[in-house]
Amino acid sequence: MDLLRFATAGSVDDGKSTLIGRLLLDSKSIFEDQLEAVEATSHSRGYDYTDLALLTDGLRSEREQGITIDVAYRYFATPARKFIIADTPGHIQYTRNMVTGASTADLGLVLVDARQGLTEQSRRHAVLLSLLRVPHLVLAINKMDLVDWSETVYERIHEEFTQFATKLAIPDLTVIPISALKGDNVVTRSENTPWYAGPTLMHHLEHVHVASDRDLVDTRFPVQYVVRPKSDDFHDYRGYAGQVAGGVLKPGDEVVVLPSGMTSTIEGIDVFDQEIDEAFPPMSVTIRLADDVDVSRGDMIARVKNAPQPSQDIDAMVCWMTTQPLRPRQKLAIKHTTRMGRALVKDIQYRLDVNTLHRDQDTRELGLNEIGRVQLRTTVPLLCDPYSKNRTTGSFILIDEATGVTVGAGMINTGA
Amino acid sequence: MTAPPTHADYQLSQLDQLEAESIHIFREAAAEFEKPALMCSGGKDSIVMLRLAEKAFYPAKLPFPVLQIDTGYDFPEVLAARDNWVKRLGARLVVASVEEAIKNGVVVDDGKTSRNRLQIGTLLDAVEKEGFTALFGGGRRDEEKARAKERVYSHRDDFGQWDPKNQRPELWGLYNGRLHGGEHMRVFPLSNWTELDIWHYIGREQIEIPSIYYAHERQVFKRDGMWFTESEFNPCKPGEEVVTKVVRFRTVGDLTLTGAVESDADTIDKIIDEIAVARVTERGATRGDDRFSEAAMEDRKKEGYF
Ligand SMILES: Nc1nc2c(ncn2[C@@H]2O[C@H](COP(=O)(O)OP(=O)(O)OP(=O)(O)O)[C@@H](O)[C@H]2O)c(=O)[nH]1
Ligand SMILES: [Mg+2]
Repeated sequence: MDLLRFATAGSVDDGKSTLIGRLLLDSKSIFEDQLEAVEATSHSRGYDYTDLALLTDGLRSEREQGITIDVAYRYFATPARKFIIADTPGHIQYTRNMVTGASTADLGLVLVDARQGLTEQSRRHAVLLSLLRVPHLVLAINKMDLVDWSETVYERIHEEFTQFATKLAIPDLTVIPISALKGDNVVTRSENTPWYAGPTLMHHLEHVHVASDRDLVDTRFPVQYVVRPKSDDFHDYRGYAGQVAGGVLKPGDEVVVLPSGMTSTIEGIDVFDQEIDEAFPPMSVTIRLADDVDVSRGDMIARVKNAPQPSQDIDAMVCWMTTQPLRPRQKLAIKHTTRMGRALVKDIQYRLDVNTLHRDQDTRELGLNEIGRVQLRTTVPLLCDPYSKNRTTGSFILIDEATGVTVGAGMINTGA
Repeated sequence: MTAPPTHADYQLSQLDQLEAESIHIFREAAAEFEKPALMCSGGKDSIVMLRLAEKAFYPAKLPFPVLQIDTGYDFPEVLAARDNWVKRLGARLVVASVEEAIKNGVVVDDGKTSRNRLQIGTLLDAVEKEGFTALFGGGRRDEEKARAKERVYSHRDDFGQWDPKNQRPELWGLYNGRLHGGEHMRVFPLSNWTELDIWHYIGREQIEIPSIYYAHERQVFKRDGMWFTESEFNPCKPGEEVVTKVVRFRTVGDLTLTGAVESDADTIDKIIDEIAVARVTERGATRGDDRFSEAAMEDRKKEGYF
């Protein structure tokens, strides 16, 4: 069985959590005790209907405030697929949690309230999904029950979004009119939208072709851990453990270890007590090399003729996630693949206006939830690729050295 | 993996993807934290963790000890399974006993607080004494709505507390292991596994788990709609009657709080069939401790629970 990871997005109260509750309920993935608990809470609060959002809004404060604060991960499977859902918050204050949920998604599900159309927040989320290179996007126009199932409303929002999306990197867009509350076009086709000929949301999720957006050409193996048993049985064993980030590795391949530039040959690839013929993303394996070269955590194994350029000057789109703004000259810790270092902010080239996609070049800082193009100088060379080529070797996080908190997420630009 | 994967289409099955992700998490934490330990109750999730850790570092031994909180009310079958595993892996076992903690005044047994809850103080005391900076836990996000919100690397302040409203962003597979003195991290390699995934994996890997997960005859009595084991720690109250039933456990914990379900599933395949059609969550079916209030789990986790 294969796996689809998707994340919700959109403004506060557009119905994301309700939709996830509906998907879970109509696909019979809700257990009786869970439904009873949610029905009881809805009843005791005097609601007319069962608040399906309570199925994912699991924290006390979320239930009290009726909003999502942090990502909830939910799981369900149909005969076609297993799904990992990240239900993210719409509230602007919690954008960092939306980014957390979306960073690993294969598909982004953007909700829009049919009565309101696109808001700044739905645009921000669409921009973030496109920057994060989430390969598939669904625009679900929700609360169609509140606009009399109007085709005109649907068409208008569809058109408005398509216009906006032309400026973004969105390879695959599907637009579906739904009512999360009532269930129309979620799992079952609605009789209220005879003018709509497309798939239901569930049908689309089950069948969308998750074209392997993994790179099977450019071999990238960040070394995570050196396995040295120091036991009598495996006295001379020395293996480099890690998760394949790109390409296919085979015994006999000539490889280079970066940043040292030493070359060797793959002697064997182990998965537990078995030797395997090839390793590809996202397998976790242990590689043995024929020569006694110096390899440690943070190094990268690549092909001799196809290796990333080690670089200390990084040009990236950064999403800033803390109240203290990002400013030039600031020093931060950086984590890229398995490599830690420090980074100095050299320049903030522009701030991206998420509404107009205008590049504001006069800016001197990035505030909370803002996105901009940033130049960094790092203490150690990073072995990186453009994010558009590889989501693993193209991404990094920035950490505040005083608080230890993750404050920035970076996506490396082409030609860095 | 049972067979060497030579996939023509270079696609990993969802179970292989989960395994690869968990192994990545184990290696990452083992490399980044000075003193990690693996919390093992002897239940199915902890045992799957042991298996994944074994795979992550093979042919080397686990680069961290196994930590068990002995409630004094544990099922003997569970302790036996744990001991077999620890022995086979050649791992170091650290046991923190609730009984000892009560004796030493670390926690107070007022006769009302459950052993499950007394584990919190016992655990935090062990963390402090041993100086552990990271604890691997077998929590899964599909278990409970507060767990569904938790990061893979879940930060604990110097009081061992979780702050659910203020979690660190966690992007891609880039985990942030920064700590200040006295703080520690809980690391959850099984975050994305479901109960069904666990059973499929146990079946595929032919993993030894405690016998009480399989249907067996047991002397039980009914309390709050669940079947409990009769024992000296958990005597019947007036009106409760001991009967013999064929049951199995879906979760294992403190035996005074963990209920059994009626079942004749005595093989992995039958268990998988049973769970695939189950209409009640494993915790809802079997855990007295989660039934007290809507936010019982969140509250316990905030205090430092697993
Ligand atoms: N009439 C109608 N109401 C809906 C529909 N979908 C959601 N709602 C209501 O809209 C309100 C907000 O829904 P939520 O699901 O909590 O919204 P959300 O997008 O998850 O909000 P945040 O997570 O806080 O950003 C609730 O009162 C829902 O019952 C719909 O299709 N029709
Ligand atoms: Mg929500």
